[in-house]
Amino acid sequence: MTDDDVVIGCGAGFAADRPRPAVDLVERGGLDYLVLECLGERTVSLAALRRVSGSGPGYDPMLRRRLELLLEPLRRQGTRLITNAGAADPVGAARMAHALARELGVAATVAAVHGDDVLDRIDTTAPAWEDGLPLDAHGELVSANAYVGADALMPAVRGGADIVIAGRAADPSLFLAPLAHSLGWDPGDTGAMAAGTLAGHLLECAGQVTGGFFADPGRKDVPDLARLGYPLARVAPDGTAVIAKTPGTGGRVDRMTVIEQLLYEVTDPGAYLTPDVALDMTGVSVEDLGGDRVRVSGARGAPRPEELKVSVGHRAGFRGEGEISYAGPGAVARARLAGEVVRERLGDAVGRLRVEVIGVDALAANAASDRDRGEPHECRLRVAGLAAERSAAEAVAEEVAALYTSGPSGGGGVRVDTREVIGVLSTTIARGDVETGTVVFPAEEGA
Amino acid sequence: MSVRLYDVAHARTGDKGNLNTIALIPYDPAWYPVLCETVTPERVGEYLRERVTGPVTVHRLDRLPALLLVCARACEDTVTTSLYLDTHGKSLGSVLLGLPLEPGAAPWPERG
Repeated sequence: MTDDDVVIGCGAGFAADRPRPAVDLVERGGLDYLVLECLGERTVSLAALRRVSGSGPGYDPMLRRRLELLLEPLRRQGTRLITNAGAADPVGAARMAHALARELGVAATVAAVHGDDVLDRIDTTAPAWEDGLPLDAHGELVSANAYVGADALMPAVRGGADIVIAGRAADPSLFLAPLAHSLGWDPGDTGAMAAGTLAGHLLECAGQVTGGFFADPGRKDVPDLARLGYPLARVAPDGTAVIAKTPGTGGRVDRMTVIEQLLYEVTDPGAYLTPDVALDMTGVSVEDLGGDRVRVSGARGAPRPEELKVSVGHRAGFRGEGEISYAGPGAVARARLAGEVVRERLGDAVGRLRVEVIGVDALAANAASDRDRGEPHECRLRVAGLAAERSAAEAVAEEVAALYTSGPSGGGGVRVDTREVIGVLSTTIARGDVETGTVVFPAEEGA
Repeated sequence: MSVRLYDVAHARTGDKGNLNTIALIPYDPAWYPVLCETVTPERVGEYLRERVTGPVTVHRLDRLPALLLVCARACEDTVTTSLYLDTHGKSLGSVLLGLPLEPGAAPWPERG
């Protein structure tokens, strides 16, 4: 370990992640950079819809709350922030962040990275990866966002912004850009790009590498899971990284947690594609150093793909859902009968229909006798349907609710829900068709 | 004594569109060759057949060691358009851990 190393942490692995562990990470992690990864495949489409419909901000609604907690600690620790929480409106998010910093009396230069929105230039006749059908055969398209890479973030990072807010930047790129900047890596050095991408991939889901999404009582125990700490990596100029977590927090970092995260959401370990590199993780070594520290090395890379992946949001219809519970002897048979009644009454009214039976101890949990006989003591019927029209989807909920007085005996606890479904499809776009840019809101003197 | 995957390996499921990725990692590397022999695309597809309706690919990562399975669900069963309660399919890896190994399956001697 040398002074040349860069320390980078991850304070959010998805839009709804807890805000507090990021503060602990900044306060006690000794970070140069904090990354908040807040954008899932569908999050950006929902943000685009909010923006278009005027029902809310085009950026992540939790970003303001996160920044309220983080701006002062970031300033005090001299830590810079990079996030994709700009979602469908990174410039609006940066404007909000800049105003908030002024309100809180924190001098901060905020940069927005825009240009990932490519709805006006995708080929709508191109086949979707998921089903091979043309994109425009899936109903009205509402958003299209290209996964931009470290090169798009670099002007803002190099320009010294304290806060960098992007939209659909690829998750590992949020980490690679500051690493490449601070460690002086050449974008053409595929080995360095691969190493930085590996570190980013291990960190990007926050708690998932520190013992989150891992515990299995008695087999894979996680100390103090309720106070899970978030991860950081100390990255050396040669790309070797040591993964660790906020000191004094719950969770664990070891070979097991790191290997699970290494392979998470990877579809080809020989070529994990990002906008920056094709990462080959087949030669990666994972070395447990003890004390919640794991060294990773051996990433190899091939040149970045010529095309960028695009997530396309489309109006996919309406999902209607209804649930009802049954308990005691014969519970499962009554739930199945209820499901048949709903199925028969809906007939062909709903395009797709699914009937499930679920449940453990929601009802009279003290009645152990049925469980002793090996029969479930209770269960819950769930019916879900997808329809083109809202009224047809609502019929699913209505038929489940009607089971109260017209279904099998003893049903209880009905819950129903109907909502529009924004589907997400994948396609690609030529790099040359994506033009990114940076808008800077300079720090205000005396703020 | 019958042995299940759960007794010798741990798993994590990831998701992309209508794909699920399942990492299968032996607690003891000596079980890795047994996993390689047992966890074939055919057996995984058969065991998870209700949800995994498309092709299964098995990647070997000898150096870790671990297996990575890529399982395709139905075209319309994507994270955003699925009608399953578990739209992501994140529970599938845990389900797979119930897969029985061959009777008498035993770890290979530690490799040198």
